[in-house]
Amino acid sequence: MVERGKMRSDFVGGSVLARENTTFGLASRNEASVSSPILRVDQVSKEYDTKKGPITVLEPTSLTMQTRELVSIVGPSGCGKSTLLHIVGGLVQPTGGAVYLEDKEVTEPGPERGMVFQAYTLFPWQTVRQNVQFGPRMQGIHKEEREKIANHFLDAVGLHGFRDHYPKQLSGGMRQRVAIARALANSPRILLMDEPFGALDAQTRAVMQDLLLDIRSKEHTTTLFITHDIDEAVYLSDRIFVMTARPGHFKAEIPVAFGADREEGLRNSLEFLKIRKEVYELLHAEGKAVVDAEIAAGSSPH
Amino acid sequence: MATRVGVSLSEAASAATTRRRPPSPGLFRLGEDIPRAVYMSLAIASFVIPFVVWCFLAYRHMVSTLIMPTPTDVVTSFYKLVSDGTLWADAKISIYRIGMGFFLSAILAIPLGILIGAYKSVEAAHEPMAGFIRYIPVPALIPLVMVMAGIGEGAKILLIFLGTYFQMVIVVADVTRKVPRDLLNAARTLGANRRQLLFNVLLPATLPGLMDTCRTLIGWAWTYLVIAEVVATDSGLGYHIMKAQRFFRTDEIFVGILVLGLLGLATDMLFKIVQPRLLPWAEVQKA
Repeated sequence: MVERGKMRSDFVGGSVLARENTTFGLASRNEASVSSPILRVDQVSKEYDTKKGPITVLEPTSLTMQTRELVSIVGPSGCGKSTLLHIVGGLVQPTGGAVYLEDKEVTEPGPERGMVFQAYTLFPWQTVRQNVQFGPRMQGIHKEEREKIANHFLDAVGLHGFRDHYPKQLSGGMRQRVAIARALANSPRILLMDEPFGALDAQTRAVMQDLLLDIRSKEHTTTLFITHDIDEAVYLSDRIFVMTARPGHFKAEIPVAFGADREEGLRNSLEFLKIRKEVYELLHAEGKAVVDAEIAAGSSPH
Repeated sequence: MATRVGVSLSEAASAATTRRRPPSPGLFRLGEDIPRAVYMSLAIASFVIPFVVWCFLAYRHMVSTLIMPTPTDVVTSFYKLVSDGTLWADAKISIYRIGMGFFLSAILAIPLGILIGAYKSVEAAHEPMAGFIRYIPVPALIPLVMVMAGIGEGAKILLIFLGTYFQMVIVVADVTRKVPRDLLNAARTLGANRRQLLFNVLLPATLPGLMDTCRTLIGWAWTYLVIAEVVATDSGLGYHIMKAQRFFRTDEIFVGILVLGLLGLATDMLFKIVQPRLLPWAEVQKA
């Protein structure tokens, strides 16, 4: 592991705030971890003002995450799951509630919360290597150190041979690998992933999911993951939160106790299919609600 | 394929075993490529045919040579103007004017346009005004420019500047606004502060768009140059054309027009060659 003490020094040693967690408490923690949560989303909500008046995209929502957990949020389109992630990322300000990373309130984006987006967001004018070094460079870390960091994470995502390529020379899957390496190069306390594999084809997506699990075991990342792909959520997560249609809030929390070592064959196991079905049924009702609402809205003027 | 619709499965299968006929090379398939040879022939024909028509009309004296000189006349006159140095002198002063006018407008419009695209406050302070002025046709400004700046070099450069600056500042602002939000967001989550966001992300992200903008607007600048030179001056390619008209030297008018066209084409080619070298990373858009 690359030395990361420098960047982390601000975030260690926070004390536990003994505030009780209202919605989904410490249900189903598979690894016994009673320590202070790394992330606390506390009654966060979001309203947007429109010409037709305010609309609520996210109802008060709470969750806590422990170090090294991988938690997924699934929900129908427009349910506010991306908004929630953007609030945690500091890119969107919540209307109510607050987000705490290691007991420090989140007010703006920062390198301790690495984000990977669905859209390709590599800087096209930089090579793969320069892209991965972007965060450390902004932090003023000197060149030698940056090279070391970049090499390490490019190895981790298996793209060492592409260090000097420009993004336009890479496939979609490769671009997302670089995006992951780039986020990790800042040694973030938590990785926020907003449907990172949503634009990839099914085969590439499966490969990327294994890559993410691999990175997780090697780098001990903590990850909050947004997806609408149920298989993906079950395959990757320790816990899955299912959201309702807009205005979104958590409808259920489903533990996925497969442990850390997962491989392809898991997808056909009975236990996997059982959880998959459970999530599917929860989501299906919401998906139907979305479509019904759209149809109702479309026909209402008559 | 649309024609296959309704064909029964067995028929479709047998059709698939017999080799499919290659599709006819239609010239009017929407958005589809045509063979390179066909493309080149059409392009060459677009030059050759007008030239042949010109030769035909001029050499057969179907049109008076006063109105339409023969190609021979034009070439002779071209050689004469090159050898006595007038053409080069005119081209030089024209290139100087366009260069200065364009350069001045670019060094102001590019930074300001980027700031307009980046910050709403700057947008409010400059864009509505620029949007108003850019719709004033440049020729309408000539009398005012002459009153205020005289008829010296400054006046011509000012006219080119006025013609390009207000267009450029707005196009640059649009280029800046088109930088994907996610790209900026990604940079913010990677820890870029405001200054870094502007200089390390927004600025490089606009470069391909800026190149395109310059390429388009330098074409416009040629127009304003000729307008400026036709109205009040005693040098330059535009002036030369005007003077030739006064003496009914249609052959020289042709030379002037052709040289203007070639210079414009050369500028465009220059951009085309330089762009991929300067910005090898930019995604190439099909022209």
